Amino acid sequence: MLYINCPHCGLRSQNEFAYGGDATVKRPELNKEISDQEWDNFVYLRKSPRGKHLELWHHISGCRQWIKVERDTSTHEIFKTYKANEAIE
Amino acid sequence: MSQDFRLDNVGMVNREKKISFKFNGKKYFGFEGDTIASALIANGVHLVGRSFKYHRPRGFFGVGVDEPYAILQLDRNNERDPNIRATEQEIFEGLEVKSVNCWPSVNFDIGAINNFLKMFFPAGFYYKTFMWPPSFWYKIYEPFIRMAAGFGEASIKHDKERYEHKYEYCDLLITGSGPSGLASAYAAAKNGARVILAEDKPRFGGSLLTSDVNIGNQTGVEWTEKIIAELKSMPNVTVKNRSQVFGYYDHNMLVMSERISDHLPKTQKYLPKQRLWYIRANEVLISSGSIERPLVFGNNDTPGVMLSSAAKEYMKVYGVLVGKKPLIFTNNDSGYETAIEFKKNGVNPIILDTRSDPSSDIIAEAKNLNIEIKFSHVVVAAKGYKKVKSADIAKISDDKKELFNIENIECDCICVSGFWTPSIHLASQSGNKSKFNEKIDAFVPDKSKQKENTIGSANGIFTLEETIKDAFDKGFDVSNKITEKNNKVSVPTVVEKKSTDHDKFWCVPLPKGKSYKRFLDFQNDVAVSDIELALREGFRSIEHVKRYTTLGMATDQGKTSNLNGLQLVSDIENKVVPQVGHTTFRPPYTPVSIGAIVGREVGKHSKPTRKSPMHSWHEKNNAVFVDAGVWLRPRYYKQGNEGLFEASKREAKNVRQNVGVCDVTTLGKIDVKGPDAAEFLNRVYTNAWLKLPVGKARYGVMLREDGIVMDDGTTTRISKNHYHMTTTTAQAANVLSHLEYYLQLVWPELNVNVVSTTEQWAGAAIAGPNSRKLLMKLFPNLDVSNEGLPFMGYKEADLFGVPAKIYRISFSGELAYEINVESDNGYFMWEKIMEVGKEFQIQPYGTEALSTLRIEMGHVAGSELDGRTIPYDASLEGLVSKKKDFIGKRSLNRSAFTSTDREKLVGVVPIDKTTSIPEGSYIVKDPKAKLPNPKLGHVSASCWSVEHDNPFSLAIIKDGKNMIGQKLFAMSPLKNKTIPVEIVSSHYVDPEGKRVRS
Ligand SMILES: [Zn+2]
Repeated sequence: MLYINCPHCGLRSQNEFAYGGDATVKRPELNKEISDQEWDNFVYLRKSPRGKHLELWHHISGCRQWIKVERDTSTHEIFKTYKANEAIE
Repeated sequence: MSQDFRLDNVGMVNREKKISFKFNGKKYFGFEGDTIASALIANGVHLVGRSFKYHRPRGFFGVGVDEPYAILQLDRNNERDPNIRATEQEIFEGLEVKSVNCWPSVNFDIGAINNFLKMFFPAGFYYKTFMWPPSFWYKIYEPFIRMAAGFGEASIKHDKERYEHKYEYCDLLITGSGPSGLASAYAAAKNGARVILAEDKPRFGGSLLTSDVNIGNQTGVEWTEKIIAELKSMPNVTVKNRSQVFGYYDHNMLVMSERISDHLPKTQKYLPKQRLWYIRANEVLISSGSIERPLVFGNNDTPGVMLSSAAKEYMKVYGVLVGKKPLIFTNNDSGYETAIEFKKNGVNPIILDTRSDPSSDIIAEAKNLNIEIKFSHVVVAAKGYKKVKSADIAKISDDKKELFNIENIECDCICVSGFWTPSIHLASQSGNKSKFNEKIDAFVPDKSKQKENTIGSANGIFTLEETIKDAFDKGFDVSNKITEKNNKVSVPTVVEKKSTDHDKFWCVPLPKGKSYKRFLDFQNDVAVSDIELALREGFRSIEHVKRYTTLGMATDQGKTSNLNGLQLVSDIENKVVPQVGHTTFRPPYTPVSIGAIVGREVGKHSKPTRKSPMHSWHEKNNAVFVDAGVWLRPRYYKQGNEGLFEASKREAKNVRQNVGVCDVTTLGKIDVKGPDAAEFLNRVYTNAWLKLPVGKARYGVMLREDGIVMDDGTTTRISKNHYHMTTTTAQAANVLSHLEYYLQLVWPELNVNVVSTTEQWAGAAIAGPNSRKLLMKLFPNLDVSNEGLPFMGYKEADLFGVPAKIYRISFSGELAYEINVESDNGYFMWEKIMEVGKEFQIQPYGTEALSTLRIEMGHVAGSELDGRTIPYDASLEGLVSKKKDFIGKRSLNRSAFTSTDREKLVGVVPIDKTTSIPEGSYIVKDPKAKLPNPKLGHVSASCWSVEHDNPFSLAIIKDGKNMIGQKLFAMSPLKNKTIPVEIVSSHYVDPEGKRVRS
């Protein structure tokens, strides 16, 4: 079970969180004309990297904040966690 | 029966307390502190089971977790427990155990015929035998395998025992209380660290209990007692016996199973049977010790052949002799220690040493005691069927290839020692890639993967002096990283007998003309010949050899067989062991009971139960409840002999004719607040929200980004910047996460807050033509006329002194209102509604009537919004704004979503107007068409229409709107029904929607 350092609450067990997928995906702006390809990339296409991955976690049984977690997908090592609006190093 | 093999005044069992127990129905005596194994051996019993494949007789091989043979079935307090290791289970008064894998009895076992048919049970026999013809699988092969497989029978009864889970945090977890565990725990605890020391056995000390050593001028046992007593007195230390750390998981989470009551006749009143500890440790020191390795020779599975360290422990801890004419077969000095112990207890052992001329302190001591030693000698084969009676021994050439002078000598046990294998399981589970240590012919942990270090013999350190020094250092270093107290205790002096190198020889060649089975895996009956065959058949990867032969795949996970198996493969392949590599160690290290894993989460505790504030009223009024997620909701209120069908029909009919009241507390409620709330809702919902006036509600549909409907519900503008959103019961949590996602990550510039208020409000929906009259009486000072409180209107008012919110919304299609009061006032509100409603023939209605009402109105719910429908499919196109953008809108342009033959919502009525259509039925054109019959769609929800008094269903079918009027068929292969139906509009009641606006 992972041990995730919520930037708002501190170290908490994985079972307080829900996984939220790739944190680098950016939603296209509203009312902006975009191609089917761009939209499909946003809705469906995700990379599945082996190694460092910036991902979203939602602290659902804690502060209810969405946070960003930099994690190694093969070793589960967590390098850093960020608040939703924090700049990623 | 007397304890003929019990020594006087030796060992640690409590002679004051005699305990009786039954094995295979026969009564025996032992002492408090005995295991089943030690007590049976004391009584001269060695035949306890039959092997898995050949049903060969099985005795005891070890003395602890590594035991491959003595797996028994236990009956305790009317509970049945399989897979009990006799070497670990302590006896208690009234204990009953029996053998497994034998029928009719362990002495006469029919399955033993497999032993004579063993040419038919080669490696991979399951793959080879049960192949053809396929028709044999069901009736012949599967029942045969099922009958033959498994050790013991699990109970099918509900386990009434209590199991608990505990979560713990510590600076340092130490797994094992042998010399290294004790030393490191002491050093770390003295340095201020929070320490948990776990020992799987009842007694602390590990090898110190049986070795003849001296630490700080004390015997091993005395030193152990002193350290344990001091650790127990320290507030920063938790010391646990009978506790096995069996799993090492991510981020230094370890799981330990504590056997609290297994050694007692009955679980004590306020204690669980077992407790599972989830331990998050800053650092871990693995001190799990090592397990003696067997030597391989003919019939080496005969009862009476056992590990030499086990024989020593039976003597020193339990005061029990495993035999009176012991043969010690060793390739290192450990066998000598056992021989010396026998000698001290008045028994004359014979040592067969594979080495030609070793010398050390221990060997010298054995010689001084006049113990008979035969160098360059081996056991060729054990003789005797149910117990060792003699052994064929021989002199072996220096190259270990040839045998000379084979002779038979009498013996009643053969104690083997093939050196030691570190228990690296936990380190390996943590992700630590092990490395091969040539000096000890075994794998040891390599670089730490997580925050773990391995110490003592688990790390391949086999001298006590080195072990103690290293463990004191590690205990200090690791704790000092955390506490920084620099409080270092001094290392005690250690006196031990020096030993010399072991012999790498481990497998005795077969004499000419003999074909003895030489076993590697004792639990799964894997012999040398099986591995040889697998390699001849082309298996190369050790992972494949393992699965093909089942080597190391039994419940003991090959604790005694792994290395010899690897050694054999590398010998045949002319490789060295590290090239062959080893298979992966996975948790659990030892079997864990299902009860411990489940803990208290059983029955009604398996999930939380949510009840509305009106729950007790429903109970008192014969409500039959249904699970709605974790909520309990009244399904119907039973009157007289009514069943579900009659009751729900009556309740629904009463709504259509008079007035009904339904508990809608479970609907998700979310407060949306802030200056940008309208803009936010406008982006979340598919329809327009910017112009909703204060005091008005609106129905809305929200999509996921892929265009699929996520949820629907009404949202009301309470004040300028405050909206009250409702969601379906099932989606409440997901919708909140969804909203938070967009507010926190996508549009953080929007000044909006959302919070769940589901539990703050109790809700009652009143519906039916009499509902306005009822409302007038409930709120006499409020204008509830169609003008004063129009459809989709909202008012705040006072309900007999209690503040209430009234929403004029309808799910049933009738004139209806929903009243919310603070949860604490819910029961009061409900009683008032029932009291005042009496004169209007009010009746409560449950979820079944609620469904009926919404189905015949054609309102969609979860069964239509099933994660596949877009708004157009559910006749919700009127709610999709063409002008503004919203979540998921771009997806609605995708070609699959704009195609004209998408499945759409329709109504379905059986032609005979009597046969109900099963939910899930397929709609087809021709019921006799060749399979697979092309389906037009499926029936999503069915009810008995109370308006028309005939069955009615909703269905989602291809080109739905154009199918109206067509005669088709509903087919349910599951229910074996084919029903002629007519497709009609989904709005089966009041299609113009006049009633809700009346
Ligand atoms: Zn948090």
